[in-house]
Amino acid sequence: MTMLLEAEAPTTTAPDWELVYQRPQTLVDAPTHYCPGCSHGAIHRMVAETIDELGIRGCTICVAPVGCAVFAYKYFALDSCEAAHGRAPAMATGLKRVLPDRIIFTYQGDGDLASIGGNEILHAALRGEQISVIFVNNAVYGMTGGQMAPTTLTGMRTTSSPYGRDPLTQGRPIHITEMLATIPGVAYAVRRSMHSVAEMRKVKKALRLAFQAQMRGLGLSIVEILGACPTNWHLTPTESLDFIRDRMLPEYPLGDFKVDERLRD
Amino acid sequence: MARELWKGNEALAEAAIRAGVEAFFGYPITPQTELLEYMARRMPELGRAFLQAESEIAAINMVYGAACAGARAMTSSSSPGISLMQEGLSYIAGSETPCVVVDIMRGGPGLGNIQPGQADYFQLTRSAGHGDFHPLVLAPATVQEAVDLTYISFDLAFQYRTIVIIAGDGALGQMMEPVEMPPMREISQERPDWALTGVDDRPPRTITSLYLDADELERTNLRLQEKLQRVAANEQRWESYMTDDAEFLVVAFGTVARIARSAVRTARAAGIRVGLFRPISLWPYPAAALDQIVSRVQGVLVAEMNAGQMLEDVRMIVRGRVPIRFLGRMGGVIPMPDEIAAEISHIARVNHRSNGSNGKSPLSERSTVL
Amino acid sequence: MTRGAITIQTDRCKGCGLCIQACPQHVLVFGEEFNARGYRPVQLDERERCCTGCGVCALVCPDVVFTVYRQPVRRAA
Repeated sequence: MTMLLEAEAPTTTAPDWELVYQRPQTLVDAPTHYCPGCSHGAIHRMVAETIDELGIRGCTICVAPVGCAVFAYKYFALDSCEAAHGRAPAMATGLKRVLPDRIIFTYQGDGDLASIGGNEILHAALRGEQISVIFVNNAVYGMTGGQMAPTTLTGMRTTSSPYGRDPLTQGRPIHITEMLATIPGVAYAVRRSMHSVAEMRKVKKALRLAFQAQMRGLGLSIVEILGACPTNWHLTPTESLDFIRDRMLPEYPLGDFKVDERLRD
Repeated sequence: MARELWKGNEALAEAAIRAGVEAFFGYPITPQTELLEYMARRMPELGRAFLQAESEIAAINMVYGAACAGARAMTSSSSPGISLMQEGLSYIAGSETPCVVVDIMRGGPGLGNIQPGQADYFQLTRSAGHGDFHPLVLAPATVQEAVDLTYISFDLAFQYRTIVIIAGDGALGQMMEPVEMPPMREISQERPDWALTGVDDRPPRTITSLYLDADELERTNLRLQEKLQRVAANEQRWESYMTDDAEFLVVAFGTVARIARSAVRTARAAGIRVGLFRPISLWPYPAAALDQIVSRVQGVLVAEMNAGQMLEDVRMIVRGRVPIRFLGRMGGVIPMPDEIAAEISHIARVNHRSNGSNGKSPLSERSTVL
Repeated sequence: MTRGAITIQTDRCKGCGLCIQACPQHVLVFGEEFNARGYRPVQLDERERCCTGCGVCALVCPDVVFTVYRQPVRRAA
């Protein structure tokens, strides 16, 4: 069967073919500005799928960050707003406090959440704010061209750590999700990765549990997702997945750091 | 309604509650903290949102979030805290989201002190954050006026989709005065058509201040400027006191205007025909009203608790027509009535003597910082 | 072996190649032409093997260019 152009979907040729996969309703049918192979695109899609599957599109509000994902609000078919750099958890808090029956989630990068926004995510967690946080860790500041982030690996070169991140002067990578997992107000804190099909499926499950934690009012939920940044890593998209597996996993092991037992049933 | 004794900060809080504030996010900072404490007691009683944030930065962004939902949201702080809020204010202005902010000004710069001050004037009227925007800044001089201005602040904020700042100072916040509280207003549940609520059965709404395309951002700015012109045209507020036959004019706002009022009476008793012009809206500045009075007087005294900030607005309006004398006390020092009265008699005397000679007053514009 | 089919929004493809690597049947290759954005979109190449409609391409694709269909499995008559 030769390649099918969009127009001739097989359903026209063989009406009884079963549709297996299509764009989720919560994802706007528009091209994105993300670089080729950037993990944001697929993460957006999985978030949108999760919202569709949970049937909560009508009551979900997205708080976009400053960073590569600043345009998240253009890609989610949701009511959304765009927070100042690092302040998404505070903005989400304001939204949740006046819309307690709505699902509020922030979508943030590592610079946004773990650097300038460290205090905001810390106190949202301390308050057990009923919001979900999608935290994409790609070890650099992507939007501004690949500077060092709190999650930049030891020895990793970036445009602001050109000699490789030096632990003596620039500290070591931050493990913020583990830190947040120690806080009683946090109901769900896990780290997943985008570097393989199997791991991507786990990301999807984690997103679902995060939203469910909020739907049940169990406290703050955060899913840290290791993602690729081919452009700023100067690697091809496939090499970037290897980078995650070979270089990021040793520093950032995957797993569940906190799962409220009420989430299990 | 009976008049009761109210502390400024608490009166401001209760006025906001009666105006229908739905969410308050604040942070402790003297001399404003009683407002936060009052909200901490009252808001939960009424089932409304109250939260002490982890910082003023977080507080203003929580206000931004709540305001995006179309809720009447508010914060309060004092000078250093307002500095921390500037980025948030710029985002709120850039996305035309309404909110109310109370600034109980204190001595600065830096940590300064906790005494009253007026040195946030530039910050509030010139640059409340990056980019071209102006909050609507109202400066009450009495606790009653603070209540009345706060009571209408949310309506103004939502009418123009802008930030309304109530600019008091440590004196106003801490003093107690008899006040008649306005009636409790019902919180309206319906939300504006731009508010985020969850899409349900309509296209998604987005609230952002990001416009990467320059033309689009310029169009947004032009729209903002057009709105600010409407605000400027409709929301100028001031009070004139004994200015009809005045030969000399004192210009002052807030606490200093109250002190100047007694100085004016003292000077009048001493035969000097002086009046007081008190701007209530610091932005938009009541320029036309001041200009009209200036055309009839021979000298102006500007008195502030700063190094001369409103002074610059007055200069622009006076345009050199008459000499301006300035009395500025800083550091939280409050000028006394007799100090102001002395300055009034100075400009009167100097002007009187010069009229005897060639009529051109030797007193060029001079600012004395006592 | 179930048979599958895909449609590809070639104008959205950024030529990242993640689907090519991930496809278990290795039936995706870079096309010859360029799309409007200057990328070489992927295309189906079923010369040796066929698409089974597993949907892995759609899972890994950052730009949601794939729609995946599967032929319903007919019970042995």
